[in-house]
Amino acid sequence: MSTREEILGIIEKNSRIDVHELSVLLGADELLVANELKSLEDEGIICGYHTMIDWSKTDIEKVNALIEVKVTPQRGLGFDSIAERIYKYPEVTSVYLMSGGFDLMVILEGKTLQEVASFVSNKLSTLETVLSTATHFILKKYKDHGTILAKKYEDTREIVSP
Amino acid sequence: MRNPIGKKVVDIKPSGIRKFFDIVLETEGAISLGVGEPDFDTPWHIRDEGIYSLEKGRTFYTSNSGLKELRTEISNYIQRTQGVSYDPIKEVFVTVGGSEAIDLALRAMVDEGDEVLIPQPSYVSYEPCAILADAVPVIIELKEENQFRLTAQEVLDKVTDKTKILVLPFPNNPTGAIMEKEDLEAIAKVVIEKDLYVISDEIYGELTYSGKHVSIVSLPGMKERTILINGFSKAYAMTGWRLGYACGPQVIMEQMVKIHQFAIMCAPTTSQYAAVEALRNGDDDVLMMKEQYNHRRRFLLSEFERIGLPCFEPYGAFYVFPCIKKFGMTSDEFCTRLLKEEKLAVVPGTAFGDCGEGYIRVSYAYSLENLKAAMERLERFISKL
Repeated sequence: MSTREEILGIIEKNSRIDVHELSVLLGADELLVANELKSLEDEGIICGYHTMIDWSKTDIEKVNALIEVKVTPQRGLGFDSIAERIYKYPEVTSVYLMSGGFDLMVILEGKTLQEVASFVSNKLSTLETVLSTATHFILKKYKDHGTILAKKYEDTREIVSP
Repeated sequence: MRNPIGKKVVDIKPSGIRKFFDIVLETEGAISLGVGEPDFDTPWHIRDEGIYSLEKGRTFYTSNSGLKELRTEISNYIQRTQGVSYDPIKEVFVTVGGSEAIDLALRAMVDEGDEVLIPQPSYVSYEPCAILADAVPVIIELKEENQFRLTAQEVLDKVTDKTKILVLPFPNNPTGAIMEKEDLEAIAKVVIEKDLYVISDEIYGELTYSGKHVSIVSLPGMKERTILINGFSKAYAMTGWRLGYACGPQVIMEQMVKIHQFAIMCAPTTSQYAAVEALRNGDDDVLMMKEQYNHRRRFLLSEFERIGLPCFEPYGAFYVFPCIKKFGMTSDEFCTRLLKEEKLAVVPGTAFGDCGEGYIRVSYAYSLENLKAAMERLERFISKL
């Protein structure tokens, strides 16, 4: 595996790791690692250093929904221009072009059910190229970004010898 | 009443790790770097196959030697990793962990008074198993100046007319030492010259961090005189499944299976089905875990250097074996004080043989966060000395 791949492997799981520690774990030169990180950022391969938050454990209410959207692709622009119109809304957290029964998967974050509902009916459905939408609310997140939210790791190894 | 206990058993010392862990259990808030088993769960697809086998009602004994399917996968695995072919029916059989295979190999091969060469520091079972088999254990003391590798000269120094077996425990627990091809070639030469047999315990083989693990069976003339022991515990994080295997010449395997069938019958069936999946589709999991271990290994070595704890660089298993001689304490004192004063548990090197004096075994089968917290305690402890 290249240093680049290894860096990405580690930093994907722990974005707070500093250059020194990264270089220790990889057994690589610190300067080399720093340069590699810099170019990964410059090339847009590393797009950000976000924090995973399990909002359900806080007092802050958040509602997440997945919306399947069918659209009419536009001549010369395909799906890109309609995707752009959708992703510019700040409440939209992700937009994916999909294969299969619908075209765009839009992931939305709102404060309340009503807020999400009104976004769909007032903003999304009214777009000219949108043919139909199907909204699915997320009830509980068990695992997100490879992290199991439902339960915490516990060391249950018993004392054994030899 | 008569004494119910046999003398041979009484004379065997209990494991030194055990004694130490009893104290750990009583210490509240202790961080332990003492455990010798992976901290990873068995990969889900492997567990799933175990569950599936139960659902299908595969709840019977397997043949004494183990599922044919599994023995075939084991044979394939050794073929693709070492380029050595074993007949899955005659030369491979499945045991309850690598530890059963060690016991059986010794019992099947020695007569009373035969000498068994055991390099130390090493896993604590070889010596008692040799004694229980009425053999005479002869200890070879490995040296840090050789990176705890075994040299041909060290073997020659201990060989007598009675020597029959050389135990080869690499990658090594507790030192993390490995044997590279050239090291093994030198040993193989002596083994053939002196007409010895080798019990090669390669349970940590997959956890080799510099290149690929080389088995002594891949050297010319060695397959005929080696019992290759391996298992699923370390590579696939399957300790609780209790599954290992032995490969070797048919004449020896037959006798080992004989003892195995009378004492054990067969290895656990569910585990065997899971192990088939491990060998077929588990390579990526091994790689992922190995990478994690390697990060931790580098982290610990870098921390030791920073806090002034000398340690040779080990390239195998998941242990580091730093030297504590400069603090003027025995390993036992060092570990006891470390546990008492900083609530950090590591294992004294002496648990793995007298020549482990002056060293401690630190396991990195723990998360990086855990290791970081542990190194803070170790640093604080050392700075007080």
